[in-house]
Amino acid sequence: MKAARKLLDSIRPHFEKGGKLEKFYPAYDAFETFAFVPGHTTHAGAHIRDGIDLKRTMVTVIFAMVPALLFGIWNVGFQHFTALGTIDTKEFLDLMLFGSWKVLPMVVVSYGVGLTVEFIFGIIKKHSINEGYLVSGMLIPLIMPVDIPLWMVAVSVVFAVVIGKEVFGGTGMNILNPALTARAFAFFAYPSWMSGDKVWVNTADGAVVDGYSGATILGNLATTGTTGSAYADWSVAEMVIGTIPGSIGETSKIAILIGAAILLVTGIASWRIMLASAVGALTMGFIFNLAAPHMITEVQRNFMAIPYWQHLIIGSWMFATVFMATDPVSAAQTPTGKLWYGFLIGFLGIMIRVFNPAYPEGMMLAILLMNVFAPTIDHYVVESNVKRRLKRVKAVAQ
Amino acid sequence: MSEVKTEVEKKVSEPLFSKKNRQLMSSPLNDDNPITVQVLGICSALAITVKLEPAIVMSLSVLFVLAAGNVIISLMRNLIPSRIRIIVQLVVVASLVILVDQVLKAYVYDVSKQLSVFVGLIITNCIIMGRFEAFALGNTPWKSFLDGIGNALGYGWILIAVAFFRELLGSGTLFNVQIIPLSWYINPQTGEGFYANNGMMLLPPMALITVGIIIWIQRSRNTKLIENA
Repeated sequence: MKAARKLLDSIRPHFEKGGKLEKFYPAYDAFETFAFVPGHTTHAGAHIRDGIDLKRTMVTVIFAMVPALLFGIWNVGFQHFTALGTIDTKEFLDLMLFGSWKVLPMVVVSYGVGLTVEFIFGIIKKHSINEGYLVSGMLIPLIMPVDIPLWMVAVSVVFAVVIGKEVFGGTGMNILNPALTARAFAFFAYPSWMSGDKVWVNTADGAVVDGYSGATILGNLATTGTTGSAYADWSVAEMVIGTIPGSIGETSKIAILIGAAILLVTGIASWRIMLASAVGALTMGFIFNLAAPHMITEVQRNFMAIPYWQHLIIGSWMFATVFMATDPVSAAQTPTGKLWYGFLIGFLGIMIRVFNPAYPEGMMLAILLMNVFAPTIDHYVVESNVKRRLKRVKAVAQ
Repeated sequence: MSEVKTEVEKKVSEPLFSKKNRQLMSSPLNDDNPITVQVLGICSALAITVKLEPAIVMSLSVLFVLAAGNVIISLMRNLIPSRIRIIVQLVVVASLVILVDQVLKAYVYDVSKQLSVFVGLIITNCIIMGRFEAFALGNTPWKSFLDGIGNALGYGWILIAVAFFRELLGSGTLFNVQIIPLSWYINPQTGEGFYANNGMMLLPPMALITVGIIIWIQRSRNTKLIENA
């Protein structure tokens, strides 16, 4: 540790004003503050609630994602060998190895490309490089299907960082959640690699077992109105544990709940948003349950009739709510606003999911939509506060 | 007396392409671009830039309507009562657009079908009414003509630039000729190849983002466009 400190101190003069590498100071600064708690404090405004700085916050979020990542790696292997029918002959390590072989390159590409873009912008615009991308870079592989070509991940990352973030002024200024921007871009740009029943499970080498279908539960629901298919009838336990096809990190509800616990205990994510999103999703699910008998097509009748609480454990509702909706930058800022913001995310997410089979994952679109509305929600919350207080003042004055 | 006379003559004999006149044509290309600076005519820039061919036809149509319309309005500028000038402008632009529409239908029917309603919507293209109002009503026909050409070119090059990227990245073609080798494309059956077209490029939002990127590049090179920051 001391040696690293010494090394950083010894090369510091090169990067300071007048040094040879002055231009690259943002890069140096990024490494230094990543490794050590910076010695300076905020100059203006009183925002201190905690001794923790942005980088430490981000690292905590990454820790919270690790369970989902590890389970995702295992599940990639599990789904792959199950599809090929050779699961009985494989050990735990085989699954992890295969999964790592598929997932880790995506993580590397996501971080490599994203941080390169951030560094370039940091150096050109002479702003310090924040660790905002550390979280996005981990989220992006977790919300992609396993079979997506790596260059598509790279293009999406470039789009998300440049158009989703740097255009607005970098970390902390973005309107939209960068990870979801990347996914939305990939979804609309390369739909055949982002949806359907071929992309969620890697079956590239070897023949699959008879009657195999790689469709996700939401895919099945959209086409037949039932959670399972002729190939597999997923039980509630499987949905909760996560041994189902889906985006890499979204399948295991247990792993996500561990992450949620970490985020809530450390106070980094807002419990209001999570709770409100659950209430919103359940409300919408309940309305659908009531409306189901009146629908015209059988598929829709069946889709709407699935028990309302099951919406929480299929698809990406939980992952999106825990890791995406709670993004402190793009979410609503006021406590009341957070409740509305979360509620509408859950409500709209389930609505899009059921009503529009072309967009089986409504949560992505719902969160992006509410990101855009978050400032409006905050505005009205603040306005109503002002009004209430003015009323109080008037009442006292009279 | 003689002195005054020579002065008048001098004014009349201003060269056709004096510096001022040339500026009428060149400034809309960059400093005063109708799309990226004045932010006019965005709707058509989003709608018909999926492919290069319709974009070019659209640019030419606007070029004709704007140049001819500017000249006509400028000729009539002292006759039009200012209360009803908008109606007069509308009549002029509508007649010209109908002319263009008929010509397109007669000679390039396919493109005309692709452009569909957007030819008719040239009438509502804000650039045209904007130039009539702001320039042709107060300037001589020749200057108005140059102004019309300049603004239409400024509009056209943005359209063509956007369409170039959208067609190349979205369809892999230019002027409907395959540019990106077919052997690059991922074959769903064999899994060979590595490339795929970017479907998002075909959607209007990506045109908006492309225009945004052009504005971004333009402003970073041309710093006088940046409002007092």
